Amino acid sequence: MIAELGHFALALALALALAQGTLPLIGAQRGDGVWIALAKPLAQAQFLCIALAFAALTHAYVTSDFSLANVARNSHSAKPLIYKISGVWGNHEGSMLLWVLILALFGFLVAIAGRNLPPALGARVLAIQGLIGAGFLAFILFTSNPFERVFPVPVDGNGLNPILQDPGLAIHPPFLYLGYVGFSIAFAFAVAALIEGRVDPAWARWVRPWTLGAWCALTIGIALGSYWAYYELGWGGWWFWDPVENASFMPWLAGTALLHSAAVVEKREALKSWTILLAIIAFSLSLIGTFLVRSGVLTSVHAFATDPARGLFILMLLVAAIGGSLTLYAVRAPQLKLGGLFHPISREGGMVLNNLLLSTALATVFLGTLYPLFLDAVGGGKVSVGAPYFNATFVPIMVPLVAAMAVGPLLAWKRGDLAGALGRLKFAFAAAVAVTLTVFALTWGGPVLAPLAMGLAAWLFVATLADYAERIQLFRAPLGESLRRARNLPRASYGMTVAHAGMAVAIAGMVGASAWRVEVVQAARPGDVVEAAGFALRFDGVHQSKGPNYTLESGGFTVTRQGRFITRLEAERRFFTDPPQVTTEAAIRTTALGDLYVAIGEDTADQPGARTVRVWYNPLVVWIWVGCLIMAAGGLLSLTDRRLRVGAPSRRRAKLPAAGAGVRA
Amino acid sequence: MRARLAALMVALPLAALAVEPGEELKDPVLEARARILSRDIRCLVCQNQSIDDSNAPLARDLRLIVRERLVAGDTDDGIIQYLVARYGDFVRLQPPMKPATYALWFGPAAILAIGVAGILIFFARRRRRIEVPAPLSAEERGRLDRILADQAGEERR
Repeated sequence: MIAELGHFALALALALALAQGTLPLIGAQRGDGVWIALAKPLAQAQFLCIALAFAALTHAYVTSDFSLANVARNSHSAKPLIYKISGVWGNHEGSMLLWVLILALFGFLVAIAGRNLPPALGARVLAIQGLIGAGFLAFILFTSNPFERVFPVPVDGNGLNPILQDPGLAIHPPFLYLGYVGFSIAFAFAVAALIEGRVDPAWARWVRPWTLGAWCALTIGIALGSYWAYYELGWGGWWFWDPVENASFMPWLAGTALLHSAAVVEKREALKSWTILLAIIAFSLSLIGTFLVRSGVLTSVHAFATDPARGLFILMLLVAAIGGSLTLYAVRAPQLKLGGLFHPISREGGMVLNNLLLSTALATVFLGTLYPLFLDAVGGGKVSVGAPYFNATFVPIMVPLVAAMAVGPLLAWKRGDLAGALGRLKFAFAAAVAVTLTVFALTWGGPVLAPLAMGLAAWLFVATLADYAERIQLFRAPLGESLRRARNLPRASYGMTVAHAGMAVAIAGMVGASAWRVEVVQAARPGDVVEAAGFALRFDGVHQSKGPNYTLESGGFTVTRQGRFITRLEAERRFFTDPPQVTTEAAIRTTALGDLYVAIGEDTADQPGARTVRVWYNPLVVWIWVGCLIMAAGGLLSLTDRRLRVGAPSRRRAKLPAAGAGVRA
Repeated sequence: MRARLAALMVALPLAALAVEPGEELKDPVLEARARILSRDIRCLVCQNQSIDDSNAPLARDLRLIVRERLVAGDTDDGIIQYLVARYGDFVRLQPPMKPATYALWFGPAAILAIGVAGILIFFARRRRRIEVPAPLSAEERGRLDRILADQAGEERR
């Protein structure tokens, strides 16, 4: 009964979304206030309906209602509660429902937060949102219905893939979707602006908080996914250039570029047309990413063929959304008024370079991810594009980007002084050289380029701090004056400083973990000692025990360094029965300098009684995720800037005439 | 070879981690070469994993083949060619350079070049536009001065 209510609510949501996608659009075109005013209540009602449907599905999962085919396929009564809940989006149908839920949530937020949006613009934005929602709701209802019943009702379900039964992966998809779907707002604003034929700084100011929010969520989502892969897959790696990873990385690259170019529109009214295009691209890549992952086209090229209805629907949606918006762009963009002028050497120029390199990086990842599909489709044979390709193409684009990232913020708007900016970075340059030489000496005989890469990270980090010191006139003005400046510096400026510093931290981590990783594989009997990176790990043997819905064996290790006790580590192997699968839970000792990472395998085939023990030492690896969190924190800090708080400064002014109107009436 | 593969599958129950201790070569130089080579060879039955990472029986088989050829004195290129001849380009995680993959390998550079060209055109067009406004005529300058004077007067009041 509850499931049918959910199904009905979903159908109702589709009807509401169709109304939301058409009536306000027509109203805005005709200037009909009543039809324009329909947008907000429709968006709110649509969200409530989808929330109801989502709650119904969650109820079915929590109560293990196996009369729903979706629950029977993907859940099991013995699962801990948290994985019953996360199981809702751990499958195709449920994750699409989460997608539309978040989409509608954003529409709902625009409806309640966008009070000072011009009514016509707000109505168009919500209408575009409604159209996207309608497409997806139709997709769910007609091809991926999560509320389908099954008869006879199975006694128990098939269970959730054990590697997904993990707290990190429970919250990874919601964050990723908040990011993906958050770009839909930027997209809707871009399309609405194209329809109106007007882009101005106010537009950029409305778009930026949504883009920032989406970007933060996506940053956290990607970092969570990477950390999960690191500790759960048991290979000690943190990024594999897997197509699924790339699918989430491409919108991030586009979103990062969009954040920067939107800042130019806001401050200088330049790059308007390009910013609109980026907003369209960012969300288009989110759509492509969602479908690449969800349709299974990447896992197997034949996934489309196994369910032609789903595949066709997907293609139609992609063509309508991306093709439609790009066509509108091609028609309308040339009519946009040209914005402010600027010299190539200027803050704007820096943002243009940022956008150029980020777009090239984006195109590279796009090419590498989709080329095998494309080549196979045109009969060019099968090729694999793996990590070696991306390392060879992506990294060289990132190097100039990071180098320039240190300089850009020091340039003035409109016309900058490059020599002056570089002159103010003397200290950062010295730090970079010092770090390079120190790392080179410390890792003598190791990879030659890695110390230079560490120097680059130091360059960015120190330059970012130097830029901040410059802004508050540290050591130039009296301390009191510097403190006053520090207080008055806008939060957006702090956000930039923090995010850039976080990037430097993450780069140092990536370089450290890639260049100086130590790996030891050994067959060990209880009592044997495995030596790695200066640590001695004594294998204490394996004991069995029971988890909530699995049995486990855990191998204990006593870790010492030069005879001194460091810690005890327990590396686990978990044996699940529903579905039958073994997962590896590595034991990790994390320090700022590096992670000691241990995984055990089964009895070795050729030496009875011995276990395969794999030990990694991953220098600085935790800096990667800490750096990502710092970046996201920078984004959130920027989000609290009062200039971006929707309408905060202008509300007082806006109220006066309204109050006057009230008196007259 | 198929018989050996089958034997391996029987010998390896459930999941095992990649690179087993018994596989490693005695000669550390050859072993290091084997590890580097393995990172560029795809485990054909896996989803985007190198044979160095994968625990599939086929990956183990390929790792043993790589090491066998190394011990036999084969070059790195020779081993890759040996595998490509049997499994096709799909086995290489680093795609080969050939006409079908030119777009893949030169694409990033081409896109960068297009981007740079676009930006140059953008700035060139901008410059032309900046030059458009002609200097004010004497009459215009007079009007401007009057307007400015008016405004300055208003502000003072």
